[in-house]
Parts: sequence; C-alpha cells; structure tokens
Amino acid sequence: MALDRWVAFVILCAALAYGYAAFFTMDALLPPFMQRNPIWPSTFPKVLAVLTIATSLIILLGLEKSVASDKEPDIDYRRLGDYHLGKALTLLGLMVAYALLLRPAGFLFATFAFLCCGSFTLGERKFHILLPVAAVASFIVWYLVDEVLGIFLRPWPFFI
Amino acid sequence: MIEGLLIGLGAAFSIQNLLMVIAGCLIGTFIGMLPGLGPMSIIAIMIPVAITIGDPSAAIILLAGVYYGAIFGGSTSSILLNAPGVAGTVASSFDGYPMARKGQAGKALTIAAIASFAGGSIGALLLMIFAPMLSTVALLFHSAEYFALMVVGLSAIAAFAGTGNVAKAVLMTLLGLVMATVGEGALFNMPRFTMGLMDLQSGFSFITLAMAMFALPEALFLVLNPARSAQGNGGKIDNLRITREEGRKIAPVIGRQSIQGFFIGVLPGAGATIASFLGYAVERNIASKEEQEEFGKGAIKGLAAPETANNAACTGSFVPLLTLGIPGSGTTAILLGALIALNVTPGPRLMIDEPQIFWAVIISMYIGNLVLLILNLPLIPYIAKVLAIPRNYLIPFILFFTLMGSYIGQNNATELLILVGMGICATVLKFADYPLAPLLIGFILGGMLEDNFSRSMQLYDGIGFIFERPMTLGLLVIAVLLVVVPSYRARRAKARQEGVAEGD
Repeated sequence: MALDRWVAFVILCAALAYGYAAFFTMDALLPPFMQRNPIWPSTFPKVLAVLTIATSLIILLGLEKSVASDKEPDIDYRRLGDYHLGKALTLLGLMVAYALLLRPAGFLFATFAFLCCGSFTLGERKFHILLPVAAVASFIVWYLVDEVLGIFLRPWPFFI
Repeated sequence: MIEGLLIGLGAAFSIQNLLMVIAGCLIGTFIGMLPGLGPMSIIAIMIPVAITIGDPSAAIILLAGVYYGAIFGGSTSSILLNAPGVAGTVASSFDGYPMARKGQAGKALTIAAIASFAGGSIGALLLMIFAPMLSTVALLFHSAEYFALMVVGLSAIAAFAGTGNVAKAVLMTLLGLVMATVGEGALFNMPRFTMGLMDLQSGFSFITLAMAMFALPEALFLVLNPARSAQGNGGKIDNLRITREEGRKIAPVIGRQSIQGFFIGVLPGAGATIASFLGYAVERNIASKEEQEEFGKGAIKGLAAPETANNAACTGSFVPLLTLGIPGSGTTAILLGALIALNVTPGPRLMIDEPQIFWAVIISMYIGNLVLLILNLPLIPYIAKVLAIPRNYLIPFILFFTLMGSYIGQNNATELLILVGMGICATVLKFADYPLAPLLIGFILGGMLEDNFSRSMQLYDGIGFIFERPMTLGLLVIAVLLVVVPSYRARRAKARQEGVAEGD
C-alpha cells in the first residue's frame, strides 16, 4: 500500500476517534438549558467527522483516479535510504533536546549548543568559525528578543 | 476614495512605516533567495516580530513588504541558479535561467524587477478600485452567506490543487477544520477535544502550526536531499541595462499580464503559481512565429510574462483578504492569522472601522514595489552573496528561528515539542504528496466558519437557512460543483488515457 493511503488510513482512525467523541461523549456534559439550542458544541464536529471519514475512505479505497503525472517528484519517499535520514533525525532530536533544555539551561547556552551541534551534524568542522558565529548569533538574538522586543528570555542557567 | 488615499498616505509615510517597508523588502529578498524557503515560511518566521510591534498597520506593512521581497528574491534565485525558492517563480526560470547562462544575468534581473514593479503597481491600482466595490457588496452579506462563501473558498482551494489531488486537498482542509475545533471556542464556554491537557486549552497555536507546516519540512527536505539546493558561487552580475527596443517589446506583455494576473489572484486558491504559468502560456501562444521559437531559450517576453503575472496575482490575493476576510492562498491565510492576533478583523467593516489600516496597506504596496526597484535592484549583486552561505550554517539557523518563533509567541516550552511533533507529521504528509496549504487555511478559517454557521443556525432555528436564503444555497451549490467536477473530469481523462496509452 502506498504511503498516501497509509496516511489516509491513519487520518481515518483519528477521524473515527474524533467522531466517537463528538457523537457519544461530548453531549453528556451539556447543561440542560443549552440542549434547547438548535446548535450544540458538538454539531460542527459531527459534520466534520462524517465528511473526514468519507474523504479518507475515498483516498483509502482509491476511488479518485489520479491522472498519472510525469513530473518528477521533489523527493521520493521510496528512496528514503538514499537520503541523509540520519542527519535529519539527529536534527529533530536536537530540537527536542533544545525544547527540554531551554528553561533549565538558559537561552544563551541552549542556543549556542543547538547551533554548534546542528552545524556539526551537517558536517561543519571549522571550529574557529563555527564557535564565534554561534556565540555571537545567540547573543544577538537574545538581545533583540529580550531587550528590543521586550519578551523575557532567561539568559543563564537556573543556578545563576 | 481620495479621502482614503490621503489617510493612507498619512499613515504609510510615517518614518516607522517607511522603515517597515524597507526592512520587510530587504529581509524578504534575503530569505526568499534561499532555495527551498518560500514566502509562507518567511512570513511565518516574521510573524512573532510583527505581532510584538503592536501597531497593526505597521505589522501588516512589514509582512506585506516581506511577501513582495520574498517573491522578488525567489525570482532572483530561479534566474541565477535555476532553483526557484517559490512555486510562483518556477515559470520565471524557463527563460530567466537561459538568459543568465548566456551571460545576461544582469539584464534578466532588470527585466524581472521592472516586470514585478509594473505588475505590482498596476495590481495595487486595480485593488484600489475593486476592493471598495466588493466590500460595499459584502456589507449586505449575513452570516449565512459568509458561511457559504467560506465553504466556496475552501472548496476552490481544494479544486485548484490539481487533477487527481482533489480528495487529498479536501481531506487536508477538513483536517485543518478539525484541528480548529480543539480548545475553548468563543461561542460555547466549554473546552472541546483537549483530552484533558492544559496545553491544548486554548487550542493549537497558529504560529506553531504555520512553522510546522512550512518552514520545518522545507528545512528537513534540504537536509535529506542536499542536491535540491543548488549552491551558488555568487557569480558576477553586471550590465543591468536594457535597451529601449527591449523595453518596447515587453511593455504590452506587462500590460496584459498585470490585468490577467490580478484577476487570477483574486480567485481563491488560484494565486501566483497558476497566474505565472498561465501568463507564460498565453504570451507564448499569442507571440509571433519566430518569437515562439525563442521561448525557453532566453526570450525576454517569456521572462516578463510570469514575473508580471505573479506579482499582480500577489496583489490580487489581497482583495478577498481585505474585503471579505477570507484568504485565498496560504500566504494570505498566514497574514489573516497575524491580523487576528493583532486584534484586527479583516472584512467589509475594515474599510469603515479602520480605514487607516486598509489604505496604509495599499499605499505601502506602491512603496514596497518602488523599494524593490530602486533599492534592491542595485544591491542584487551583493545580496546574491547570500546564495553562497554554506548550508551547514543555514539549516541550523532556520530550525532555530522556527523554534524561536513558536516559543516567543507562547512563552511555553511544551509548544516546542508540539512544533517538532507536528513538523514530523507535516513532513510525512509532504512525502505522501498531500498539499499542506489547505490544512492551514482550513485551520485559520475553521473558527470563523463555525461561528457563522452557528449564528445562522440560531437565527433560523435550524438548518433551514440554507433553503431560505437563495444566495447561500447558490454559493453552496457552487462549492459542491467545484469539488465534484474536477474529480469527475479526472476520471474521464483517466478512462481516456487507459484507452490509448500503455499501462504501467
């Protein structure tokens, strides 16, 4: 089964759960006076659930015949192994680490580390350029956001 | 209209707003030039900055400047590198890149700049004429018509997604609408679909979603497949002049394409990409025999046509945004989200309630086009150096800016995890060839769609409003036809194809 149909299947499952919530569990919480309204909080979600389930079924069952396109796809998931998958995943991991470290480690350190590790992952080895660039960029962004735009960012780790 | 123009001139010519236009155009050009980063990502990254400015006119002027700059920068990279950063400038590379190969890069850039300038300015003039007319009509609309109009807009976007992709685009739109129902709505004081999570109480953040849908997958694709981003060497660009004869040759092309491009841009879902391809095709068909031979080998007409058309279409796409409050493209959807965040509701009342915003935007379009022509064009040889920034530095910085953008919007580190999660989902969707812009448009329109739907339901005490208001019914019929007809035609085309061609 092609990837787009797998995706449709996943969306179908999500839509079923969403529809179950809309049809069976949401209205239980509704106060009686609101039940006399022509529209309930669950009305619109019910409509959406039905339409989403129908559309994802159309894709899943291949009812819409697609005209074979001769344009070369931008990137082909079937050749995923040929691409730099490891690098992409490492970068995503770094982003998660950044999200978790931002508060405890402080903005300056977390950003500096993220930029350095990110460039390193992509193959940068000239540390005499990389380290100053990352340090200066972290400081400039912190200065712009905290001092100029006035949004608080804790610069240093929690123990300082 | 004169009165409005004066208000706009007064607002746009403040020092702050002039700086906004110039800064926006420069930033847009810089980032738009980087292959793989479209105007949507750039605007998404710029939104937190624009929102913290606080003044809605200044913010939208900045974002509009970024938009123009990004389109201009996109054409620069497609001319110099044959690597369009934006789908709307793909057609510019057909003739622009051959010109650059022949050593006429400077001339090609000048033609692109002049064509963009003319397209944008004529577009702004048409916008000035048509937007007030349309908003007068739109004032007669009730919530029932608004509901129907939004449905038409959403289905038009799906319908323009291309043959064989209509169901996917519809599904993405629906997914966007579904995501918009998460959180506490304005009409009902109860949280919906939050699964008990406090972080979802106010729903998904639109900035996070915009970053996750556009900037993040584009950056990841650059990592996955480095061949996709052609690396420039910052080659020499000189001789920016064009001759008088060449000017005379492209003048009628520019005139025709500004008007055609503008009206294509007004249609929801069509936008700059379709306008530029159509403009190229039309000009090629009506050119004389020997000129037709030239197309694709560096014809100046073939460069002027798409460039004019895409800029005129960008301006045209502001018409539904400013008059109806309904975005027709991903980019204007992001602008709409930014406006709502600034407490401005675009729609027919905008011209009456806050004329200074409306007219300042229009005046700043002229200024923006002028800035691109007189400031950016001479600077292009230097700006083009940005193409030589190594990817090793570029990509971590793009990722960092997406993180920063969604963090400073919410000041919440959980938001960053949501960003990464949705970014992964968006990348998978992109792999599976699902269009992402409809999802974002659905998400942004979702709240308004439901509000208008609920209001009509309450007014008419049930679903009856569809049948009692002929215009609502008519619009809904159009919406259904828009979705059904292309897929029906695709089936027929497929059947015909199977009859003649060999199977695969």
